[in-house]
Amino acid sequence: MRIDGKGMINRSMPISFRFDGREFQGFQGDTLASALLANGVVLMGRSFKYHRPRGVLTAGSEEPNALMEIGTGARKTPNVRATVQEIFQGLQAQSQNRIGPLHRDLLSVNDIFWPFLGAGFYYKTFMWPRRFWEGLYEPIIRRAAGLGALSGQPDPDRYEKAFAFCDLLVIGGGPAGLMAALTAARAGADVILADESAGFGGRLLSETEAIEGKPGAVWVGETLTALAGTGKVRLMPRTTVTGAYDGGTFGALERVGQHLPAAPDLPQDCFWRITARRAILAAGALERPIAFPMNDRPGIMLASAVRSYLNRYGVAPGQRVAVFATNDAAHWTALDMMKAGITVAAVIDSRADAIAQGDYRLFAGGQVITTRGRRALDGVAVRYGSNETLVKADCLAISGGWNPTLHLTCHTGARPVWEDTIKAFVPHKGAVPGLTPAGACTGVFDTAGCLAAGIAAARDALTELGMTAPDIAPPEASGDAGTGQALWYVEGKGRAWLDFANDVTTKDVKQATQENFRSVEHMKRYTTLGMAPDQGKSSNIAALAFLADATGRGIPETGTTTCRPPYVPVPISAMAAGAQGKGFQPERLTTSHAATVGRGAPMIEAGLWYRPGYFPAHGETTWRQSCDREAGMVRNTVGVCDVSTLGKIDIQGRDAGAFLDFVYTNTFSTLKPGRVRYGLMLREDGHVMDDGTTARLGNTHYVMTTTTAAAGHVMTHLEFVLQALRPDLDVRVISVTEQWAQFAVAGPESRTLLNSIIDTPISDETWPFMACGLVAVHGVAGRLFRISFSGEHAYEVAVPARYGDALFRDLVARAEALGGGAYGMEALNVLRIEKGFVTHSEIHGRVTAFDIGMGRMISPGKDCIGKTAAARPGLNDPARELLVGLKPVGAVKQLTAGAHLFEAGAEPVRENDLGYVTSVGFSPALGSYLGLGFLRNGRARHGDTVKHVDHLRGVETLCEVCDPIFFDRDGGRARG
Amino acid sequence: MRITCPLCGSRDSREFSIKGHEIALSRPAPDAGTAAWHAYLHLRENPAGMTAELWYHGAGCGAWLRVVRNTVTHEVLKIELVRDVTGAAHAD
Repeated sequence: MRIDGKGMINRSMPISFRFDGREFQGFQGDTLASALLANGVVLMGRSFKYHRPRGVLTAGSEEPNALMEIGTGARKTPNVRATVQEIFQGLQAQSQNRIGPLHRDLLSVNDIFWPFLGAGFYYKTFMWPRRFWEGLYEPIIRRAAGLGALSGQPDPDRYEKAFAFCDLLVIGGGPAGLMAALTAARAGADVILADESAGFGGRLLSETEAIEGKPGAVWVGETLTALAGTGKVRLMPRTTVTGAYDGGTFGALERVGQHLPAAPDLPQDCFWRITARRAILAAGALERPIAFPMNDRPGIMLASAVRSYLNRYGVAPGQRVAVFATNDAAHWTALDMMKAGITVAAVIDSRADAIAQGDYRLFAGGQVITTRGRRALDGVAVRYGSNETLVKADCLAISGGWNPTLHLTCHTGARPVWEDTIKAFVPHKGAVPGLTPAGACTGVFDTAGCLAAGIAAARDALTELGMTAPDIAPPEASGDAGTGQALWYVEGKGRAWLDFANDVTTKDVKQATQENFRSVEHMKRYTTLGMAPDQGKSSNIAALAFLADATGRGIPETGTTTCRPPYVPVPISAMAAGAQGKGFQPERLTTSHAATVGRGAPMIEAGLWYRPGYFPAHGETTWRQSCDREAGMVRNTVGVCDVSTLGKIDIQGRDAGAFLDFVYTNTFSTLKPGRVRYGLMLREDGHVMDDGTTARLGNTHYVMTTTTAAAGHVMTHLEFVLQALRPDLDVRVISVTEQWAQFAVAGPESRTLLNSIIDTPISDETWPFMACGLVAVHGVAGRLFRISFSGEHAYEVAVPARYGDALFRDLVARAEALGGGAYGMEALNVLRIEKGFVTHSEIHGRVTAFDIGMGRMISPGKDCIGKTAAARPGLNDPARELLVGLKPVGAVKQLTAGAHLFEAGAEPVRENDLGYVTSVGFSPALGSYLGLGFLRNGRARHGDTVKHVDHLRGVETLCEVCDPIFFDRDGGRARG
Repeated sequence: MRITCPLCGSRDSREFSIKGHEIALSRPAPDAGTAAWHAYLHLRENPAGMTAELWYHGAGCGAWLRVVRNTVTHEVLKIELVRDVTGAAHAD
């Protein structure tokens, strides 16, 4: 029911929305919960396990009951708290965890069987027969116990992530947070003020007390104007700081579009990473309920929530309100309600010395011992002294006192400290370096104290930041925090809920202790208390107190469970914003990409790069046809292939040669300028790291190529060697992979093709095998290397990347005119297997230079990385698995990479394993499948027959072991 | 975690990669013997507390850093350029 003249909703902006298919009206500024209460809807959901009717308990993000599905179809979001969700035109909300309509949920039968559904019931009940668990019991339990359902469709909504930096992050915009932000901003600090609500002010928006003689909300408005006037404060409403991390890093979730109708490009959420030099936690406190029998009926809510609905939203949650509290909040709530014209049925104050502060019926020393009502509260039974009476009420406001919201102070491992004077945990001092808690989250519960604490915390932070705090006097406000006593639970018949969200009662905790789950961490896991989406914000401390009593210990000895991030549920879609589909990782495209894709080539991912698999020609229907043609093209005419993805590292300096001698097994200081050499690089543990060619362009200038896969790793390694191991060397290295477009031109006609594009033609004499140098390509300064990864007479020509697209198109067109064309990775792979050249399929991290037949490349005359370790006897044992070539010799002609090798007559089981196959391809030149692999003692077994067995694909092939170089063993074609 | 690169300033740890303990700086002589090389390559402490590690600012300036930090509190106590550490050693 709306109360005229109350609340901060905009009554000139009515909003219609739907709940469970029915249309309702609310106002701008309403949450879904306040709008439903205004329409007299108190039943908002069904409980997790017993499917009991539930209404709203709180008015904040800690809500355990009123979880709803928002939106429809693919846009549906489950488990949204109705207390957080603001209404907007066209909002569609559905209650969840029910079969049938909300008021007649078929699963409420669970409530009748509650004695059998206590803590751990499924561990005990559904033991037998064993195989029924997965097929029958678990699906039924999962269907019955639960939360909202996901749509099962891809989420079409947008999400964002963002980064922010500030001098001071103020978490919470209540009295302490506002004063902290104002103080720091006036000192010139860059401030971010984040509050999870739509409006700043915290409890000031929900209470009637005055600040400087003005209503709290008016003072908040003036303060926000003052903050804006400093030009130093970034206000972040609807932003929950979800986690505190090392080094002043905080996670925060901003609800950007959750409160608005869907619009193109409007993100739903933004996940922030905020880096703050200092932070002030002004998160306030959460009121705690009392566990009395049948305390979960719709209409029973926290006293602070009742005041929020009344004062902030102008809604009376009931017509006849009773209050049950352990503290002065009881009386404030009663007075607020009476002033608004609501009947106060009774105030039940657990303190025997309580005095009525107005004209209402007071039960001093009273307790609510049970409640009645089916789908909504109807009355409460009160025990006072030795008397019992029934009070008719449709709303019961409860308060067991307040718990400081100290969660963030625990996120880096600190435990909170029990403060007996306020019967609550407070933050551990210095819990998070750089973070100062202030106000109610430290147990300061009066407004004047909070305002002063905000200023004081900002002063401390400013001093640490080396800034001067301005003189700011705390505004005049009430210093009355009220008094209270601790009352965690009321003994009596019937279930008393501790954790509403997971349906955990005092009986469950008692049962846990009887079964010896006495540690708080065990109790939590056995009963599931505090493990619901609300993470026990309203239940953990009360459960702890109950556990302490049940085990005869005090609360401090019982200890607390651990608060971990996030403080509120964070959608994975927000944290992963932008990382779906193509956004998952960057794409690196070569300069020839457009031309390649234009020719219909299917692209293969190589790390982050995209490279063509093959270039289908007219009439070709399988990749093998294209691959065979392209390989033949290189062997017979000329092929063109983009090799720009290989790492290119420019190495310059007086000691460049000495540096290369140290990182390569072989010697480069003796390489003549204008020449290229193949190099092998080891890890310090003696295994092969990478290989590639390095060209000497000048006396102090080399260009190293790495494999595509290891480019980044090699760069890191080179920097390490230079900075950490050889700072004596005068050398600098830099990656130039993206600065140069480089193309392989391979085949008997390669020189013919090149001579048609370079300004000064070359010959065998001027440009022999392994020569390199500068050339002008159509007048553009480029580089030419006579190197070959195909075994043919071949070159690699490099031009600055901006000419790559034009050069690739030109090269391919000229190659086609000569009867050749572009070739892709499939053909490149076949050509290099024919020649026995290794890639990272072979040098996969567990092989040595000895294994791949390059042991003699480790120069005896100098030290190099990995040399000492590579000399270890175990790494040079002929019985190791050594690189071999494999050719099918039996009826089956197929080879597969990943197959294992066995003696021809041996059973193909692990004990008989002799090695494995790393690369295979069909060689059109030799008319056979060829394979490279590793075989025990392989170099001594050339000519033997072994069995290739691929258990996965079911391929069994007899192979001849041979030298890994299948084609042109003396290398005459490359030199020719 | 944040690391203050001496060249670039305070940066998110995701800009860096870690190599491990600073023992990697103390490469033995080729003839130091099996035990010394075994220790250098394979033996590492797993300290709860202070340790000195090597981090690479790969998404930044490319500097290798020596970072002294506490693995229990995650407190970073000292950050310096590896080149300054090893360069000084070589100057001796």
